[in-house]
Amino acid sequence: MVRRPVLAVAVGAVLVASGCAGAGGGGGDGDSQSINVLMVGNPQMEDIQQLTADSFTKDTGIKVNFTILPENELRDKVTQEVATGAGQYDLATIGAYEAPIWAQNGWLAEFTSYVDKDSAFDKGDLIKPIVDSLTVDGKLMAVPFYGESSFLMYRKDILESKGVTLPERPTWQQVADAAAKVDNAQPGMRGICLRGLPGWGEMFAPLTTVVNTFGGTWFTKDWQAQVNSPQFTEAVQFYVDLVRKHGEAGAAQAGFTECLNAMSQSKVAMWYDATSAAGSLEDPKVSNVAGKIGYAYAPVKETESAGWLWTWAWTMPKTTKHADAAAKFALWASSKEYEKLVGEKLGWARVPSGKRVSTYSLPEYQEVSAAFGDITLKSIEGAKPTDPGTQERPTVGIQYVTIPEFADLGTKVSQEISAVIAGRGTVQAALADGQKLAEEVAKKYQK
Amino acid sequence: MTTTVSTPSGARHREPGAATGRPPARDRWVRRAPLLPALVFLIVVTQVPFLVTLVISSLHWNVLRPGERSFAGLSNYGTVFTDNRLRAAVINTVVLTASVVVVSVLVGLALAVLLDRRFPGRGLARTLLIAPFLVMPVAAALIWKHAIYNPTYGLLNGSLTWVWELFGADSGPSVDWISSMPMTAVVVSLVWQWTPFMMLILLAGLQAQPGDVLEAAKVDGASPLKTFRFITLPHLRQYLELSALLGSIYILQTFDAVFTITQGGPGTATTNLPYEIYLTMFRKYEYGEAAAAGVVVVIGTIVVATFALRVFSSLFREEVGR
Repeated sequence: MVRRPVLAVAVGAVLVASGCAGAGGGGGDGDSQSINVLMVGNPQMEDIQQLTADSFTKDTGIKVNFTILPENELRDKVTQEVATGAGQYDLATIGAYEAPIWAQNGWLAEFTSYVDKDSAFDKGDLIKPIVDSLTVDGKLMAVPFYGESSFLMYRKDILESKGVTLPERPTWQQVADAAAKVDNAQPGMRGICLRGLPGWGEMFAPLTTVVNTFGGTWFTKDWQAQVNSPQFTEAVQFYVDLVRKHGEAGAAQAGFTECLNAMSQSKVAMWYDATSAAGSLEDPKVSNVAGKIGYAYAPVKETESAGWLWTWAWTMPKTTKHADAAAKFALWASSKEYEKLVGEKLGWARVPSGKRVSTYSLPEYQEVSAAFGDITLKSIEGAKPTDPGTQERPTVGIQYVTIPEFADLGTKVSQEISAVIAGRGTVQAALADGQKLAEEVAKKYQK
Repeated sequence: MTTTVSTPSGARHREPGAATGRPPARDRWVRRAPLLPALVFLIVVTQVPFLVTLVISSLHWNVLRPGERSFAGLSNYGTVFTDNRLRAAVINTVVLTASVVVVSVLVGLALAVLLDRRFPGRGLARTLLIAPFLVMPVAAALIWKHAIYNPTYGLLNGSLTWVWELFGADSGPSVDWISSMPMTAVVVSLVWQWTPFMMLILLAGLQAQPGDVLEAAKVDGASPLKTFRFITLPHLRQYLELSALLGSIYILQTFDAVFTITQGGPGTATTNLPYEIYLTMFRKYEYGEAAAAGVVVVIGTIVVATFALRVFSSLFREEVGR
């Protein structure tokens, strides 16, 4: 007698709950005049999403459907998409880490033939280390959209008010001392923003450059794991201490985007991150601190330079059915013409820079980038992916190790370090666990 | 469905198709025919994927290394049972599920009791209380992460600052809620989301309560508290069990909140089983291992659920025992 209403409620509840789960659904495949693009949610990509309809689509009739995801999620999705040959997307943004690995697996279509055909593209103008990082066996596997190294950004006005000066090539100790002095210079302002969000491409991008310049490395030339070495430990301890004492609020959850917000809203006085961030910080439309920022080369300790090298580049999965249209879009997005379009429509500071030498000799760009343009170009050109630290490395790459296992290894170790930043556990324990994982990975390569 | 042919002598034996027995086989199939598409559909969408998962769980298959797929036997299961991270994930899952279910059932019960009374604006109050359940889980998690917990512009710290300023201080404490109490942060957001679900079930239970019994209790001079303890609560037992059961089933699978609010962190403090399996699949790209972990979880869930239902629940007993 009592059973009936109970079951009715049960059925109703199940229906309600499962009805909520049915949201979502992907985009259609569309006709040949439409391509699907999957890209990372950085400001440069948001700009292109805004500009495409009125110029590219208008000129060529090719409709572009964008999907934008945060960095970590983008990697999940692109990797699945490319590895399984799902064929849902015609173009995706990948970085210097993925290009060589994926090209070797035969997942990517090459761009050399398209680039050679388009004389206006001027491939000789592309910055060499960037092109090198995307070239496999003499073939260009992805077209760079923008390139970056890393450097230190700081509030000139705040440092001045506290009587702190930083040289053009500071050491990490000088940066730490400056952070201590400018901490709380304004109510709610912290000394420095450093990424604490787990992820090999989030926290470990800046952190590995610190490890490099402290004399540490993930692996030696002959694949001996070095994660719990004294130098690696010292570097991580330094980074964690600096973030915990003078770092941004919510550091364990802060990645590039969070730090960009913190910096442009005057919540931090310094920030060590990608050179491409300068474009957003110097744009008065999105930033409160335009014109107040000074720039210095990536801080060092044992090495002469420490900046990373990275590029976000367009790549075509082999499974694409609209290769010509997709290539056309990629070449347009990476062209001089597009840089000009951004400059005129959105402001010259927001040009996706760091991939063409000619960008830095455009008078309009020189004007807005006076503070950071030169230092950016020199950082990118001076980056040494083959020799980033104090010892020889088994693979090419500065802030990552170019093996498929590094994504998992870097992410797991960064989770533990992020926990230390949040106040759980110690650096020693985190790196001891990391060493075990790294040894497991190294076994496959030791011969 | 019994097809036993040998029956003890003296027992009633029916020939198939006999006038007094079941209808002939053909008729029975005709009668079942309309149900078959549903049955086939059910098998295709639930059992076939499970079998495929079983097969995948016996493979060494890392998607980043194409061409290296090989048979692994049970070694993936070995990895699953010896993995520290997975053990931590099991504990996190139990803590997360249990605390969300208990708290949201209690809060839901309180709200249901209040809503069971008549008052002006009851319909509006009920709709508003149900609203959290209608918000998409990811959207809800984003609201909690950014609008409420954020240490610089979140509602919690904003309110603290406001209170502090009332007492003349410059600014309030800047608590990093997600880092300092990650599990609580996730639990609270889930309780907010699931309380309406519990409340709805319990409210239905309260409204199915026979009025004459309550009236009799009143006439006999029982206090409201006693009425609730000795009449309403026993009556609600099945509804409470049902809401706890359904709640556990859904909250066990929680992914959105963990993924969005904490990303399983700091460290592995809030990594539950679904998220850990996601990481194995999407960050480590070990399909075999992820499948094995999935199989273990399903078997574990079935064992626990069966045990719990047998021992504690009156839901599936034939006799309610009145």
